[in-house]
Amino acid sequence: MGSNAAEHHPISFKWVLQAKDKGATVMHVDPKFSRTSARSDFHVPLRSGTDIAFLGGMIKYILDNELFFKEYVVEYTNASLIVGKDYGFEDGLFSGYDAKTRSYDKSKWGFELDADGVPKRDKSLKHPRCVYQLMKKHYSRYGIDAVSSTTGVSAENLLKVYKEFAATGRADKAGTIMYALGWTQHTVGVQNIRSAGIIQLLLGNIGVAGGGINALRGEPNVQGSTDHTLLYHIIPGYMAMPNNEWQTYDDYVKANTPVSNDPMSANWWQHKPKYFASLLKAWFGENATPENGFCYEYLPKIEKGEDYSYMYLFDRMYENKIRGGIIIGLNPMNSVPNSNKVRKALDNLDWLVTSELHHSETTDNWKRPGVDPKTVKTEVFLLPSAHRLEKEGSVTNSGRWLLWHYKAIEPAFEAKPFGDMFVGFMKRVQELYRKEGGTLPEAVLKLDYPDRYDPEELCAKINGRFTKDTVVKGKKYRKGQLVPSFTALADDGSTSSLNWLYAGSYTEEDGNKAKRRSTSQTPMQANIGLFPKWAWCWPVNRRILYNRASVDLNGKPYNPEKAVIEWKDGKWVGDVPDGGWPPMATGKGRYPFIMSKHGFGQIYGPGRQDGPFSEHYEPVETPVARNMFSKQLNSPVYKYVSSEMDKLSAPADPNYPIVLTTYSLTEHWCGGGETRNIPNLLEAEPQLYVEMSPELAEEKGIANGDGVIVESVRGRVEAIAMVTVRMRPLRVHGRIIHEIGMPFCFGWTTPGTGDATNRLTPSVGDPNTTIPEYKACCVNVRKADRLTELAT
Amino acid sequence: MKLDRRRFMKLAGSGAACLSLGQLGVSLAPVKAYAAEMKISGAKEVVTVCPFCSVSCHVIGYVKDGKLVNTEGDPDYPINEGALCAKGAAMFTMTTSHHRLQKPLYRAPYSDTWEEKSWEWMFDRIARRIKDTRDKDLILKNGKGDTVNRLESMFLLGTSHAGNEECAIAHQAMRGLGVVHMDHQARI
Repeated sequence: MGSNAAEHHPISFKWVLQAKDKGATVMHVDPKFSRTSARSDFHVPLRSGTDIAFLGGMIKYILDNELFFKEYVVEYTNASLIVGKDYGFEDGLFSGYDAKTRSYDKSKWGFELDADGVPKRDKSLKHPRCVYQLMKKHYSRYGIDAVSSTTGVSAENLLKVYKEFAATGRADKAGTIMYALGWTQHTVGVQNIRSAGIIQLLLGNIGVAGGGINALRGEPNVQGSTDHTLLYHIIPGYMAMPNNEWQTYDDYVKANTPVSNDPMSANWWQHKPKYFASLLKAWFGENATPENGFCYEYLPKIEKGEDYSYMYLFDRMYENKIRGGIIIGLNPMNSVPNSNKVRKALDNLDWLVTSELHHSETTDNWKRPGVDPKTVKTEVFLLPSAHRLEKEGSVTNSGRWLLWHYKAIEPAFEAKPFGDMFVGFMKRVQELYRKEGGTLPEAVLKLDYPDRYDPEELCAKINGRFTKDTVVKGKKYRKGQLVPSFTALADDGSTSSLNWLYAGSYTEEDGNKAKRRSTSQTPMQANIGLFPKWAWCWPVNRRILYNRASVDLNGKPYNPEKAVIEWKDGKWVGDVPDGGWPPMATGKGRYPFIMSKHGFGQIYGPGRQDGPFSEHYEPVETPVARNMFSKQLNSPVYKYVSSEMDKLSAPADPNYPIVLTTYSLTEHWCGGGETRNIPNLLEAEPQLYVEMSPELAEEKGIANGDGVIVESVRGRVEAIAMVTVRMRPLRVHGRIIHEIGMPFCFGWTTPGTGDATNRLTPSVGDPNTTIPEYKACCVNVRKADRLTELAT
Repeated sequence: MKLDRRRFMKLAGSGAACLSLGQLGVSLAPVKAYAAEMKISGAKEVVTVCPFCSVSCHVIGYVKDGKLVNTEGDPDYPINEGALCAKGAAMFTMTTSHHRLQKPLYRAPYSDTWEEKSWEWMFDRIARRIKDTRDKDLILKNGKGDTVNRLESMFLLGTSHAGNEECAIAHQAMRGLGVVHMDHQARI
């Protein structure tokens, strides 16, 4: 669901097909019939933005028919925990909602604690306020009729999917869900995934072979770039970005280190101070000491609750509040919503540094069609970047494997790696501060920043080093030597590491493990396709997270045929266990979900911005005027910006009655800035098109191959009509609703191919992630009188 | 018995790294086999990772006299087992594309053309722009008097194309400067 893996992650899909050959049922639930659908057992089309209704119906089905994995649910999830009396849910709103700030007071959703501060549990699952009962009540509203009418999926198809998937609730069966941007790019994106999390926990499908929720990350190193964090809200290793309320190192540590009073909970984040102090040591080197809070004072502090993501950045740029910046390996003039606005916003910059393989809509924005360059003040730097084969370093795949790529050839012409670029200007900025002084020069000058870009050395620095002679488990390490694992990291300044998750990847004992290429494995590992000696996987080479949930309280695999780990002769065998404690039944074990404070899989998730359970809300632009599940039409907490160019159409606006969804293509990557410059890829997918059903085409008088105009309240786009049964009209709220689909990879710098589809999409985002709602907005379509953007 | 590529080569009784299937007597048209041999024989094999999507298929680059002569999927990597999609298969053209930027380019304010500049010139000018912006706009305290040390008027966008090591120093540089507007493809 929410993925077209056969086209967007083609190589991943060959493993799905192998599973199918072995008897697995493969189901594709997605608005569009694609090559994924063609190779699945069956395809179920649904209306974009209604996944929670679909999945809520499945949760109800599993609960009503008691198809869940009871022992797993009771022992390993928070289903048995008692929720406090302040929790409530009424007509689409959870308790604690403040309409003025459009936010929830999450303290209303906490668990009830006993005298020792440990959450109360009722393992019989009968207590009226236990998570299980609250969940049952919450999803009782997701009956087949309401779900069918909302999603446009027939009752028969709903039951077919529910029945097949719920059958994996047995100990000897596993089910997996593959999702991608089809789930994240909604104002309820996180709750789409939460719904899947609830289902997988109910069915005991997390931590087991062939289970899980697989995020098919779409970008080349998006896992690594998230771990190492080119994002505003976190710092490397998934720790919070300091904010103004945490003025000192001690404030930060206190506010960010969870405490559990339950001796059975590993509460792994209790070690956070060690990871944070080691990161600051890696950033500020010798200058960082315990006495000065490891130079914490110099770090920027974001304003608590403020959002600094794309959507808000471009809004501030549009309002003339941003002076300059750097855009590398990214084409936001094509890939960010409401392109007409962001293209205009970029004109307001004084300076812009870009680095790319080719010219793109972003690098050349100052001379885009319809704009006189003589009116654009921006000073633009365009640096030629090296391609993958022209540089070495590591990347991290979707399964968290750390993989080394070697340099094959020198960079073409005068191209350089991004790394050289950062070192190049930072070295000079430091020189200028040394010479001239300036505002808070210490923050820049005290950085332990490399003089030259050396990926091998940086890979070691990411792993981490001892900053003084240390003994770990009887073994002596000298100052400067590599730490063997994150368990060796300390908060006293004796270790440094650019990312605790990667500690153990580059060691004195085994060198750079990203380079390992051995396919050797034990028969037990071979049985489930684990390759523990190929490269390395974070954390600590554990290939399947939360794998202790795959065994019973005695450490015996629930499914011996597909064992991930097993307690044998006093130790764990198989994968690296998620914590080495003995099985739970010994009384010395720990709950398997070690990263959550209480140790349980979180069916109830009180940490999210939009509620502890998922709830269906319509997309912000929706073809219907009411929500079948409550009076609350849209998410009460979705994010938005509100310049005069950020128009939204009204619910069920007759001018824009058609749902638009957008997607990638096998042949093009993201905004297309690179792949359109590859002749063979452009030849395969040369032009912007719009897929529509024959029924809609007939209604609009459009023939296959016609040039058409697609319009939203924000903009208009030319495309070639592709009339196809791959798009189906859906019966929603008792009437027919049409959905169309378009790629978004074409742009004006490749003449005749078309221009940004994102001129149509709105700047509204998920309240947890601010990922924009690219997957559902409202448009209209008509035959074009003439075409200017497309070659004919 | 499952053979990986290296073992296949070994069993085929060849010590040379780059014999083509044609030479091993596997039924390929002789002309095709000859052509393949010409292309990669004597070439150095270098392992890289496809730069598109997080399946991270392994690709072998064949290098002869410092030039890339061919690319193909790495049959040993347990995930792609030699297979590649359309984008991965275009790795060679991608690297050698005639659309590649050749030199650093500079566009002066209100100008309608690019000018070629040296890297040194560009770095100096960029460093000056960054420092001036930071000196002017760094916010030391917020309205409540909290120390915040943030530079809101400058940003970094991108990129998941960067390797881990590049991301790590990009993040460090930005936080050192006080940058808070930072984002990339993970949020697209």
